[in-house]
Amino acid sequence: MTGKLTRRRVLATSGTALMASGFVRSAQAAPEASRITPELIEAAKKEGKIVWYTSVDLALGEKVAKAFETKYPGMDVKVERSGAERNFQRIGQEYASKIYNCDVVNSSDAAHLIIWKRQKMLAAYVPEDVARDFPAAHKDPDGMFSSWRITLCPIAYNTKLVKAEDAPKSYADLLDPKWSGKMVKAHPGYSGTIMTATQQLSRDLGWAWFEKLARQKVMQVQSATEPPKKMVNGERAIAVDGGEYLPILMREKGDPVEIVYPTEGTPLITGPSGIMANAPNPNAARLFQAWSMTAEAQQLNIDVAGLRSAHPKTKDKPTTKKFSDIKLLREEANVVADKADEIKAQYVKFFKV
Amino acid sequence: MTAKAPRLFDVSRPVLIAVAALLAILIALPMGWLIVTSFSTKDGQATLGNFVTLFTDPSFLDPLLATLLLSVSVSVICCAVAAPMGWLVARTDMPLSRTVRTLVMASLVTPPFVGAVAWEMLAAPNSGLLNQLWRLITGAPDDEALFDIYTFEGLIFAIACYTFPYVFILVANALDRMPGELEDASSMLGARTWATARRITVPLALPTLLAGALVAFLQTLNQFGSPAILAIPAGFHTLTTKIWSLFQFPPKPELASAAALPLLVLTVALLRAQSLVLGRRGYAVLGGKYGAPRLIRLGPWRWPAVGLALFVLSLPLFLPYAALLNTAFSKVSSQLITPQTFTLHNVVFTFGELSSTLPALQNTFVLATATATVGGLLALLIAYIVARRAVVGHRVLAFLATAPLAIPGIVLGVGLFLAYTRPPLTLYGTLWILLIAFVTIELPAAYQQLGSAFHSVHPELEEAGRMLGATRLRTLKDITAPLLRSAAIATWCFVFVGVIRELSAAVILFTSETKVLSVLIFDLKESGDVGAIAVLSLTMVILTTVVIVIANRIGGSVRLTSRVAG
Repeated sequence: MTGKLTRRRVLATSGTALMASGFVRSAQAAPEASRITPELIEAAKKEGKIVWYTSVDLALGEKVAKAFETKYPGMDVKVERSGAERNFQRIGQEYASKIYNCDVVNSSDAAHLIIWKRQKMLAAYVPEDVARDFPAAHKDPDGMFSSWRITLCPIAYNTKLVKAEDAPKSYADLLDPKWSGKMVKAHPGYSGTIMTATQQLSRDLGWAWFEKLARQKVMQVQSATEPPKKMVNGERAIAVDGGEYLPILMREKGDPVEIVYPTEGTPLITGPSGIMANAPNPNAARLFQAWSMTAEAQQLNIDVAGLRSAHPKTKDKPTTKKFSDIKLLREEANVVADKADEIKAQYVKFFKV
Repeated sequence: MTAKAPRLFDVSRPVLIAVAALLAILIALPMGWLIVTSFSTKDGQATLGNFVTLFTDPSFLDPLLATLLLSVSVSVICCAVAAPMGWLVARTDMPLSRTVRTLVMASLVTPPFVGAVAWEMLAAPNSGLLNQLWRLITGAPDDEALFDIYTFEGLIFAIACYTFPYVFILVANALDRMPGELEDASSMLGARTWATARRITVPLALPTLLAGALVAFLQTLNQFGSPAILAIPAGFHTLTTKIWSLFQFPPKPELASAAALPLLVLTVALLRAQSLVLGRRGYAVLGGKYGAPRLIRLGPWRWPAVGLALFVLSLPLFLPYAALLNTAFSKVSSQLITPQTFTLHNVVFTFGELSSTLPALQNTFVLATATATVGGLLALLIAYIVARRAVVGHRVLAFLATAPLAIPGIVLGVGLFLAYTRPPLTLYGTLWILLIAFVTIELPAAYQQLGSAFHSVHPELEEAGRMLGATRLRTLKDITAPLLRSAAIATWCFVFVGVIRELSAAVILFTSETKVLSVLIFDLKESGDVGAIAVLSLTMVILTTVVIVIANRIGGSVRLTSRVAG
């Protein structure tokens, strides 16, 4: 995937793999778009609560929950945050034991939605905004899910510990012995962002790059939200990976952080959301899903959480580098869906944990 | 006997059978599934393949070897630290020895995984407060560190900090009980203080020290939290973290079961060894009445000794709590707090915004209360039956009640997971499965505590009740129970505390609706939310301390009661 792309084109293409694999073409047309009606709000309020499984950073997830609770008084959102891969395992285990806790699920590994759809674990529901505004690449044609968030997985460094001129420009630069013992990295067995990024990087740079990186005494953490945190507090100079939104927010706050979009390309991470077929609070789930895809909620994701959005009516943060100026790696959720175990096994072989 | 047939039907035999059956199910069901699964393929075919993998695949063999090396190192260090500390406290005129003793006990309140998190804050190579201080003093460059907690040595250290108190307590108690006459004899025969210590005191204390080493070994072997927090960033697994990782997607319960069996076998073997060692200790103290042990005068070494003891205590206690407080109330966890960086944000976030906090606290509280009550009653019943030899077969009960000691938390977690994710009893996802886990884990300690309490209530009192025609249960209720009340309440508190701290079984068994405090802290750890971790850890420790203080208050009257009854 090369060079300069407009935001619209990126958004249109970034999800293509998601689409290409995401569904077995259904005979029926996609379900009709649903608006947020007073009846829906009333029904949701009767249920009173919603359990939201997500892998977005905890503090941001709770902010989103708070915004929803403020918009719809009487609703209570329980944020169940863990790594996307961990949530995937938990939901699988819970469903195998006929435990239905989850109402709405958001995963930073788009492959999960594909798999859940194959297993008929999702309920079709198309919010009005998704039907009207979202690019086709960011919604499932059968209405099972749509992209709630988009982010990248760049490199970031602590500007107190690394001078701008010394900073790595590419993934290849990270193999320089001078970075040995100075890097921190998250785990594809825990984080969907990292799983997605690992698939893209192993495809484009080859596993040999990971093998060499593993010899650099990299500190191994779990969540994609943690490398930026370990980097900003000075524990390690460079975060090899992690969700782009955290360093964006840190930089805004004035923390000594700079983001590097590697010359080889930056992994693109789409994080779709869907409603579980066995959601215990189905109306609340619909209300939450519909609200979370509105321009208003999506703008909140951008402003408060530093995320990017598929909603064309949102405005990017002025401090965020435009998609059109970043070389992006192609996302292939369908490949991740089929190869996740292989990717994990290969990774553990090099990094030992 | 027939002439004195009780007026009411004596239910003690059915009770015995019911209790024995219950215990058998509690233990046999999960362990049975564990063993069956470890010899099965994914499709349920019999195989030895899992064990072949376990002992040949480096990704299993390395954790196994790391675990053994870790456990040996920790027990050696614990003995090396605990023995002199115990001796100083019990056998010398070191000032503040009571305070030191209390503080060592207090350090046990800290769950080891909380200690590991705190030590990350202190000794992470770059952001760790101690390393920053060291660089500030020595002017060492940015990338040099005095300590690196993310290493094998770092893990040994962090575990030893919270394991040596067990050895210390054993050693100090043994030295307390050691007859002073033997030492007096030695010095009367002309031996100097140090020769006496070397030739009399040390050999007498040696069996206890060996037992302590075994305790430390077992504690380390089965520890999950600290390795999960420190070993994984360092790039290695121990057996417990490996077992846990096998529950990640795609789950491999058959390999997890196979990896759990060595832990089980080793634990059983070591407990057996420990009881042999402790059983032999009797030879040391033959003879009539003993005088109180004679305190050795340290002379000019008195204050250096106190300094040493306080330094040792700073490792599990003063430094980690300073770090936790710093993180809880500071805007930047990696910097020392100043009036400008003081914040209540973490407290407000944890209790006001984090939507998992209150459900987790509630679950923890419900489970701790239920476990303490159910487990305590069960232990009481068993202790009574065994102490009074009420029914033929009481020994079986004693064995069953102590058997869970040999089952590491994570192994029990795996076993219960296998047993209760399938019909007829699909308990996974409910608080029941956690209740079963916690009752099983806490039963041995509760039983032992209540068992010894029963021995102090003289059977004559009960016999009097029985002779007057009361049934066994009536006697228990009207005579024994009031006498045992304080011991029972103390046991209740200790079980309560044990549940609050438990992580290794809960981490396998929880679901989003049944998350407990320890699991929540562990979850937050994985995403690096240190502020909330510090607040929740301190909350946990405060809760625990309050309950222990209450237990000790009541425990004070336990002795009183037993004197009255004796």
